Amino acid sequence: MTQIRLTTPLTDEMVEKLRIGQQVLLNGTIYTGRDAAHKRLVELIKQGKELPFDPKGQVIYYVGPTPAKPGKVIGSCGPTTSYRMDPYAPELYAQGLKATIGKGKRSPEVIKALKQYKGVYFAAIGGAAALIAKSIKSAKVIAYEDLGAEAIHELVVEDFPVVVVNDVLGGDLYEEGIEIYAAK
Amino acid sequence: MCQEANFNLGNDVMEAFKKFQETETSLTGKEILQILIKNAEIAQEEQAPMCQDTGFAVVFVELGQDVRIEGGNLEDAINEGVRQGYVEGYLRKSIVGHPLERKNTGDNTPAVIHTKIVPGDKLRIIVAPKGGGSENMSAIKMLRPADGVEGVKKFVVDTVKAAGPNPCPPVVVGVGIGGTFEKAALLAKEALLREIGSKSKYPDIAKLEEELLEEINKTGIGPQGLGGRTTALAVHIEIFAAHIASLPVAVNLNCHAARHKEIVL
Repeated sequence: MTQIRLTTPLTDEMVEKLRIGQQVLLNGTIYTGRDAAHKRLVELIKQGKELPFDPKGQVIYYVGPTPAKPGKVIGSCGPTTSYRMDPYAPELYAQGLKATIGKGKRSPEVIKALKQYKGVYFAAIGGAAALIAKSIKSAKVIAYEDLGAEAIHELVVEDFPVVVVNDVLGGDLYEEGIEIYAAK
Repeated sequence: MCQEANFNLGNDVMEAFKKFQETETSLTGKEILQILIKNAEIAQEEQAPMCQDTGFAVVFVELGQDVRIEGGNLEDAINEGVRQGYVEGYLRKSIVGHPLERKNTGDNTPAVIHTKIVPGDKLRIIVAPKGGGSENMSAIKMLRPADGVEGVKKFVVDTVKAAGPNPCPPVVVGVGIGGTFEKAALLAKEALLREIGSKSKYPDIAKLEEELLEEINKTGIGPQGLGGRTTALAVHIEIFAAHIASLPVAVNLNCHAARHKEIVL
């Protein structure tokens, strides 16, 4: 299968071309965040305050890595289940976020936000955490250190493999997969 | 034990990946199974966690009734072991001390400990780190006796369908049938400890396990939910006596990282 290589920050034009089922190799800077960090980010947006990073054109990876062993950039770091971030994701896409990476289904509200604000949702392979760590070249905590594994990290990635699950047209790869492979 | 369970995926799971690679009809599905094999190999080689979710430490203890523990409390000793294992092994600390206040305890304690007193003079300990993603997709239902085996099948398949891609398929499906509300849940968890693909000792239940596995793999969910015929690697069912009014069924899902480590002292 052909793979599309993209480098962050992502633009509307880059995102609009993506279709469900396409494999993408992500490069550049991305940010991590999960439940507790999202709660804080959305509180800041509601208060009109500045976020710890500018979400415009950016990508948030839903992950809580294991601690880095001495000499390593990061520990194991596969995706966490995305639906827990569904209550917060539309607000972040509205701020210019272009993509999120996780695993599992998104809510109708998130899928609608992807259409409205031109965004995509990527899946990484859940549980392939030792392998995924190899595409992460640097990692530093930029906010909420008190949250431990849930702190926001800035990652630099090289050919990080993901697949497009939801695109700007409202497509859903999970639905399509079941349609093709379910026994009739 | 916590570290070994997280670094070294059992041979039974590896064998199951390979077996299902042969029958998987989706190319992406086959590819994903290959990636999971490679991931487990890297984890073992580098002694790194196969998954970043190194789990809630669920510990099953079978204490022989002739064993006497001296010099302290068994639960404290287990928690101290979990603390050392997770801190020294660079495993993720995934436990919050209060479910609503949600402040991380910082050392992955406390463990969930299930203790059984059994005959003999041995102490058997099984550590099964349990990921949150698949635990969240688990479900329990108090069926009517009239719902029977068809009702049980429907509930199990519906639970797997509702979970879809979320619990990291291919999953291992642990089912507890019978007992009371909490007994069914515990049976489902115990079912997950069995070797992948092992059969129930009751012929009718073994047949039900087989039928459910076939049915689940017809849903089309597939590896990672991206479509395919490998949604579950195994269905394990444990049963217990039931009240004349009740038919409890618990479904405990486990991701493909079906981890456990056992010792007998």
